[in-house]
Amino acid sequence: MRDRSLVIIGFFFIAAWPLLVHDVFYQRVGALVLLAAISASAWNLLGGYAGQVSVGHAVYFGAGAYASLIVYTELDWPPIAGAPIGVLVSMAISALIGTPTFRLRGHYFSMATIAAAELFRILVANWTLTGAAVGLMGPPVPRTIADLSFISPIPYHYLFLSVLIILLAMTWLIQRSRMGYYLAAIRGGDRAASSLGVPVLRYKLYALLLSAAFTSIAGSLYAVMVGFIDPDSALGILISVKLLIVAALGGAGTLFGPLVGAVILIPLEETTNALFGGGGTGITFIVYGAIILLVARFQPGGVAALWASLTRRSAARAP
Amino acid sequence: MILLQVVVSGLLMGSVYALFSSGLTLIWGMMNVVNFAHGDFVMLAMYAAFFAYTLLHLGPIVFIPGAAALMFLLGVIVYLGLVRHIAKGPMLAQILGTFGLALVLRYSAFWAFTANFVSLPDTLVGGTFDLGGIRIEASRLLAGVLALVITLAMHLVLTRTALGSRLLAVSEDRNAAMLMGIRPDRMQAIAWGIGAASTGIAGALIALFFYISPTVGESLSLIAFVVVCLGGFGSVPGALIAGIGIGVIEALSAYLIGAVYQDVVVYALFLGVLWVRPQGLLGTN
Repeated sequence: MRDRSLVIIGFFFIAAWPLLVHDVFYQRVGALVLLAAISASAWNLLGGYAGQVSVGHAVYFGAGAYASLIVYTELDWPPIAGAPIGVLVSMAISALIGTPTFRLRGHYFSMATIAAAELFRILVANWTLTGAAVGLMGPPVPRTIADLSFISPIPYHYLFLSVLIILLAMTWLIQRSRMGYYLAAIRGGDRAASSLGVPVLRYKLYALLLSAAFTSIAGSLYAVMVGFIDPDSALGILISVKLLIVAALGGAGTLFGPLVGAVILIPLEETTNALFGGGGTGITFIVYGAIILLVARFQPGGVAALWASLTRRSAARAP
Repeated sequence: MILLQVVVSGLLMGSVYALFSSGLTLIWGMMNVVNFAHGDFVMLAMYAAFFAYTLLHLGPIVFIPGAAALMFLLGVIVYLGLVRHIAKGPMLAQILGTFGLALVLRYSAFWAFTANFVSLPDTLVGGTFDLGGIRIEASRLLAGVLALVITLAMHLVLTRTALGSRLLAVSEDRNAAMLMGIRPDRMQAIAWGIGAASTGIAGALIALFFYISPTVGESLSLIAFVVVCLGGFGSVPGALIAGIGIGVIEALSAYLIGAVYQDVVVYALFLGVLWVRPQGLLGTN
């Protein structure tokens, strides 16, 4: 009961955030938190619920981001029109990668996803259609409202919030459905799950397809908002790492874990970037690395597990 | 003739790959934990060699064993401080732990040494040989041959000595080893030490002829994973064959397709092999 009221308060706080603060910097941070929450929640479907730790989700993020700006540079369409194309491309790539790698267990799977992601990054960084190493630019000035190019971060905030709500609602439904139990069984162990009659490969693939599709949408939204992408900012290994860290810090395999992780990490990242300028990237990732190292060492369940153990203890103490 | 030259330089680079991959395969075979920071260990050793030369004016005869000793220590510290605690945890924790370590090392180096490439002077180890029309730099030759010798020595230590038997005993059955009076914790710490020391030597050797940058460890980690997957867990001879093979394939694809695509070929090969044999080329289970 207390958890539910906390969720409602948190939701209204996040929904009202850009109206509560007037500084554009903080409004922008709010939108970026939601974007990170979308991508990490998408990762969470596969990495958290199904326990298949992908370190290559930048491929799907990049597919969405590139699809959006390629439809603009090649066809003069509004960038958001590239989002469905990005989703299709991502689902195709995920089927291509997923079919061989899902037979792999544990670390092999993680390493295969890194190799696949790096492979795509190198190809994109050397292909003229994708702007090679220079990257691609979105529309410099909005032509119509469909370009979704706003100066204020507020429209992005509500756009991202609605996507996040859809994704979390879907995740919640999956969690309560047969698929949720199947994924939990798979996370517990492939062999045990399949001996109980869970169609392991099929459900891993379903989780991956959904996960890839929403990661791709996050990539498209990123490209639409920022209006500029290059191989490192859309496809770099650090993108994959960021999704993983955000989800794991909050609590992998929990509904609100990725959102909590994003609320903690993104303001931290934006503040270090603002304080240290361009050199901040290095410091941000030292901090990121230290955080996941400490989470792994002391609290592998993330903030969610910490919260659960704290509330359980206080409940036990109550008369 | 050029093709032969490319193959020879691939063989020499490949034996250095084999050396640091042997360290990874030892750790992996023993504990079933992957060190995602392995390539970053190599990067640290490269910087150690660079600063030993530029700041302390030490030559390769000193800084190669020096880097090995330094990395041995780092390996043991990482085991005792981190890996020992995450090894029995969920897989996500294992991946996050060593991945976090990789990020900390990589970006600390980025922050401390800047992103600029540095390198040791070319003249540190001799000039260039001409062997029947094939030109080989002395530094690459030294690196290749020394790496090969040390990899073989490591194999002998693991198979022919009491220490090797104890390490093997722990990797096969931790509890049975304990009943025989072997302390698994100490053996695993030693395995991490040896594994990291191999990156120390390899890094110091690569630094002799290759530029040094904070992010060089990223692709070296991937190469080590590929080598270990192809060679099989815990198998030093497997790593040796796979390492040399990868070195040659990389050199050939750089020459035939273009240097930017050399990693693409290696990664594609890796994925291809996993497709056919999900447990690795020589792996069982």
